[in-house]
Amino acid sequence: MMLGENIRLALSGLRANKMRALLTMLGIIIGIASVIAIMTVGNSLTAELNNEFASMGASNIDVMVTRKLNEEDISDSGMIYSSTSSNKEPKDSDFITEEMLEAYIEAYDDKVYALAASENVGQTQVKDGNLYANVAIRGVNLGRLYADKKEPLAGRVFSEKELAGAAKVCMVSDKFVNNMFNGDMEAALGSTVYVELGNKNYLFNIIGVYEYEQMTYYFETVAEKDIQTELYIPLKTAKNINHKSNYEEFTVIGEQGIDVNAFVTETQDFFNKYYENSKDFEIWAYSMNSYMEEINSMMGTTTLAISVIAGIALLVGGIGVMNIMLVSITERTREIGTRKALGAPNSSIRIQFIVESIVICLIGGIIGMILGILMGYGGIKLIKSTVFAVSVKSVLLSIGFSMAIGVFFGYYPANKAAKLDPIEALRYE
Amino acid sequence: MEDNRKQIINMRGIIKRFYIGTPNELTVLKGIDLDVYEGEFVAVVGASGSGKSTLMNIIGSLDRPTEGEYILDGIDITKAKDAELSGIRNRKIGFVFQTYNLIAKTNAIKNIEVPMLYAGIGMKERNRRAKALLEMVGMEDRMHHLPEELSGGQKQRVAIARAMANDPAIILADEPTGALDSSTGRMVMDIFHKLHKEQGKTIILITHSPELAEECGRIVTIKDGEIIGVREGRGGVAV
Ligand SMILES: Nc1ncnc2c1ncn2[C@@H]1O[C@H](COP(=O)(O)OP(=O)(O)OP(=O)(O)O)[C@@H](O)[C@H]1O
Ligand SMILES: [Mg+2]
Repeated sequence: MMLGENIRLALSGLRANKMRALLTMLGIIIGIASVIAIMTVGNSLTAELNNEFASMGASNIDVMVTRKLNEEDISDSGMIYSSTSSNKEPKDSDFITEEMLEAYIEAYDDKVYALAASENVGQTQVKDGNLYANVAIRGVNLGRLYADKKEPLAGRVFSEKELAGAAKVCMVSDKFVNNMFNGDMEAALGSTVYVELGNKNYLFNIIGVYEYEQMTYYFETVAEKDIQTELYIPLKTAKNINHKSNYEEFTVIGEQGIDVNAFVTETQDFFNKYYENSKDFEIWAYSMNSYMEEINSMMGTTTLAISVIAGIALLVGGIGVMNIMLVSITERTREIGTRKALGAPNSSIRIQFIVESIVICLIGGIIGMILGILMGYGGIKLIKSTVFAVSVKSVLLSIGFSMAIGVFFGYYPANKAAKLDPIEALRYE
Repeated sequence: MEDNRKQIINMRGIIKRFYIGTPNELTVLKGIDLDVYEGEFVAVVGASGSGKSTLMNIIGSLDRPTEGEYILDGIDITKAKDAELSGIRNRKIGFVFQTYNLIAKTNAIKNIEVPMLYAGIGMKERNRRAKALLEMVGMEDRMHHLPEELSGGQKQRVAIARAMANDPAIILADEPTGALDSSTGRMVMDIFHKLHKEQGKTIILITHSPELAEECGRIVTIKDGEIIGVREGRGGVAV
């Protein structure tokens, strides 16, 4: 009852002095708005990256052959510089063999769901009269298609036989079908693609169509028609074209629920056993999972740093509120004296002004919150992020925080008002 | 002669000193003995600076005497704690000031509700009583007006209604007509007479007007912090 009356009182006071109220709230508004905006953008970005990584397979482990860092490559100061002596290009024999992969799968049968591998052959333009399509030719195994979530829109994926026999078959994108077959997938299936690569020509039979997916962070600058899509062929077919039999890199798709970070180390150690005697090369394994954790913690740090700055804005805002409360109490000295004469206990006067201070801060906080969410939304549109996630935590935090500022910075002026001598207050001119 | 009546104020040897810097002390009240009985209408007169307001503040328990004994409606004020004094002011005293002291940006009815708010009276009851009080002072049609929208006389009528809010034992009015012209002052004075005659309210009124003082039942004259004379007025004792 008393509280409602105090809130009504505070609101009518603010209404009577709108401009001053707004200026007083400005610090709080700016502080809260920036916290909310930053947290909203950070939250949305983190959510988006996590989605992205999850779709890219955060738990996938990439394994690749890299050049060993020999001791002579590391200077006394610990700087790495390139030394021509060991700057050797790896040969096919330096790569991971089929036997190593088989041994690996056998050893970690319970942890490996599939292996994804690919071999890039080259980029070219497929032509047919006036029709054309830009393609990147890439050999893939079924694990690769699975990891990239390439499911056929029409037709099918490669059969075991086609993969083992290095068949001259291919999967094309729906964009390719749009360009070359006017969008008719049925017509595309079974047709032959004529590919000119270097000086050689190849013919591939279309057995499937997959859906082209644009990368979120990839800004398309070319015309729709000129977008390059991948033309998948069996991995072995690609390796034959490149005169290779071994694997420079591949991706391990882990079973659900495994400790990815631990398995990264296990995998790297497993393959490095084969490279103990290699002078120049070794195996490097990594997973998006660790990057994700790193990015998340980086995001957290950035948010924290900006929150500290916003906190300073809030502090300044709070001091502004305290200042205006002191002014308001001086202006209303007679009112305080009158209230005391009418029987207000000190506690009622104190509560009245603390509530007023809380109301100022809370209104500032709510305005700031709305502004912050709008700013956050603008920021998200600006970076073309698709996820808009308002952090509930930040909303609760800012409301709680603005109320706390109200109490903290309102207490001193309110207490001063409560302790006024009623006679002095009534005599105040 | 009034010993069979209920005593509202019983003051003995009230001394009030102000300390203005350590060596200087100013004795404003120099041993006041005052008895006021229920239903009395007392006028306090005296030159400016004689200590009338100071005495009134002590009667109203806004201030404490430096020395002396004071019993208000059976309560020993000199022994009461600060928190108790606010409760006493709230329920036993109704203040009316020369400068009205209505709370700004708060309409007439809400102003009257303020003492009831501190008495913990519910919203409906507050509203009902405030309306009745406004009617009593003839201000019911200005219920929702803000103080700045009222004339001096109207403000003072609202202030009197507010003083009556918790049905106090005594009304203390410090020059309530001091800021008003004589006809408006007359109207305000008539309200006090009405409260005195119809409700038997005990009223203490400070005034500089000899005519208004003569209308009261008893006239107390103060000079330099001492009561130098008490005499009967025309008003007599009600009920
Ligand atoms: N807080 C104070 N500190 C010091 N002196 C004070 C204080 N309050 C009142 N006085 C002094 O006490 C004396 C009496 O003041 P008081 O206000 O009681 O006079 P008054 O009779 O009401 O006069 P008026 O008719 O002008 O209102 C004055 O001389 C005044 O200066
Ligand atoms: Mg006076």
